[in-house]
Amino acid sequence: MLLEELIGIAEKQREVRKQICVRCCMSAGCMSSQSAEVKTALEKAVAERQMGDLIEVRRVGCMGLCGPGPLVSVEPNSLLYEHVTPENAGSIIDALTSAGPIKAERCDPQHPFFTRQTLVVRANGGRIDPERIEDYIEAGGYRALHHVLTEMQPPQAIEAIIKSGLRGRGGAGYPTGLKWATVAKSVGKQKFVVCNGDEGDPGAFMDRSVLESDPHSVIEGMAIAGYAIGADQGFIYVRAEYPLAISRLQVAIRQAKQHGLIGSAIFESTFNFNVDIRIGAGAFVCGEETALMASIEGKRGQPRPRPPFPAESGLWGFPTLINNVETFANIAPIINRGPEWYAGFGTEKSKGTKVFALTGKIQNTGLIEVPMGITIREIVEELGGGAPEGAKLKAVQTGGPSGGCIPAEHFDASIDYESLTQLGSIMGSGGMVVMDDQTNMVEVARFYMQFCMEESCGKCVPCRAGTVQMYHLLAKIAARQATMKDLELLEELCDLVKNTSLCGLGQTAPNPVLSTLRYFRNEYLELLQPAG
Amino acid sequence: MKVVKPALPSPDKRWKIVDAKMRRFGYQGHALIETLHAVQQSFGYLDEEALRFVVKALHVPPSRVYGVATFYNFFTLKPQGVHTCVVCLGTACYVKGAERVLAAIERAAGIKSGETTPDNQLSLLTVRCIGACAIAPAVVYDGNVSGKQTAEQAVEKLKGYLHNAA
Repeated sequence: MLLEELIGIAEKQREVRKQICVRCCMSAGCMSSQSAEVKTALEKAVAERQMGDLIEVRRVGCMGLCGPGPLVSVEPNSLLYEHVTPENAGSIIDALTSAGPIKAERCDPQHPFFTRQTLVVRANGGRIDPERIEDYIEAGGYRALHHVLTEMQPPQAIEAIIKSGLRGRGGAGYPTGLKWATVAKSVGKQKFVVCNGDEGDPGAFMDRSVLESDPHSVIEGMAIAGYAIGADQGFIYVRAEYPLAISRLQVAIRQAKQHGLIGSAIFESTFNFNVDIRIGAGAFVCGEETALMASIEGKRGQPRPRPPFPAESGLWGFPTLINNVETFANIAPIINRGPEWYAGFGTEKSKGTKVFALTGKIQNTGLIEVPMGITIREIVEELGGGAPEGAKLKAVQTGGPSGGCIPAEHFDASIDYESLTQLGSIMGSGGMVVMDDQTNMVEVARFYMQFCMEESCGKCVPCRAGTVQMYHLLAKIAARQATMKDLELLEELCDLVKNTSLCGLGQTAPNPVLSTLRYFRNEYLELLQPAG
Repeated sequence: MKVVKPALPSPDKRWKIVDAKMRRFGYQGHALIETLHAVQQSFGYLDEEALRFVVKALHVPPSRVYGVATFYNFFTLKPQGVHTCVVCLGTACYVKGAERVLAAIERAAGIKSGETTPDNQLSLLTVRCIGACAIAPAVVYDGNVSGKQTAEQAVEKLKGYLHNAA
């Protein structure tokens, strides 16, 4: 593959494009509400009306607003329809030609849910066919990889990522460029790039959507990382719960290989890079990097102490770079548009954009990508459209079982790594579950503790035994059988488990309890029995 | 090192799929999880015969194979019913009432999560999160995700599976 061929593919794509493009979302969310049948109905309608020369029906990835799916959009007319059914899909085609009545429900593409977003990672979502590499190339895909391989030395590529200010999107927020530089410096006759797609936080589906909607962006990001750190093998670890993401990735890897965009001598350089998929088997702890590597090696997903960090001793003891799906998807845009452009979004310490999965008791549920520094209130009230009728919002939960609940009085806080930590939660991978006043916070804490208890791998005692004890104490409080003494014991245990557990799972397991205690202590106290 | 091709447990063609997966990895130990996936996909569950075969073929101790097979939630050592119903218990589903849906299904089917009906028609399972949070609560019937489920809808859907149940 040469640059000319890449440009040739993109040009040919533009030539064969029809005047009107009807896009039908074929992401897991919409597909569960019959979007495959909708697409067939749309194609049939186009064929029946012999409009095939004018209109094309395209399978696309996630458009973001997953709640009222399936979604269908029409370009260049900027029309958007929601709750489309196979029965009313034909009327969308009719409306494009004659003035036939539209039976499908209109959705306003000018709603703040769409206009308040800044799309970097999700720019191709809802636009390109994720199963056609030509679509990705037409959208400018693999140009960043070409640029890096032909115009940049590895240290320059790392420098660009450092300058962009990108921090790990898996949740911890470690500066990505620094991590790359550390792995680049490590000595080993083999190095690996690992993409963490074990999106285990319940209530989070950003990575699933990126993998389903734009798998090549992740592959391209991994290849650039491979060049920067000197690795020739990459692994993408995906949850078994995401079958569609796995099959789209398999297609994407095969196509990239066929086009010579991964494999040997990419763009006729001396750089070789291969990508393989490893499928998880349903263990939350495998999102922790050392457990994930154990799982890739075919072992039980149990973490080990760090140091040594994977950057020095990772997969099979070789230096390994591990980044999250969303982090890799940010790489190509940063190279294409420059680190300064990327650093122009966000706050001083948290640059760029972040994808969130907005769910729970809120009008508009789905995926949003917003610049860092936006407030929780803006997300919840403007993009999310506020609480459903009659409900009053109480809190937003971020960071899943490792995070906490942020109460409504703090909704003006800015979304960045530091301020969320200050509020007793974490950025996390991007799950944002909105809770209303019907939600009992002690129950929420119990729910998360049950999760951590069942997902604890059992290797270290504080987590294995501590989560069980904390769960029983929470259950006792919820059943109105506990006294003040039990609450004190619970707080003591939180402190112990937080400080003495081996890995992130145990260290953060008390967070949902601590944050609900911090903001909703009354709900606990109301359930306590007088001592005696 | 010369790779010794393991003898397949039986002429059942599904073993060839499993063998092909192991061959792709050169019968190395790190193929264990991928191999167990292939077994479960082909046979529906992991039985003792399969585990012993994997032990021999990949030259790994039985403790490690059994350890991995029982560590991960996705693997099951018991045969599943004709139909499966998986209720998502992720946070978004929980907030939107997944527990009520699960309770209604348990009542209607007369089994608890993790069990199979005596007539072998239905296996009821729960999962941590399938990423269908925007259409919570979600239930997966025979591999197909259905969103915004109410207890009534779920029970109605399962009636077809449960024709023999009381």
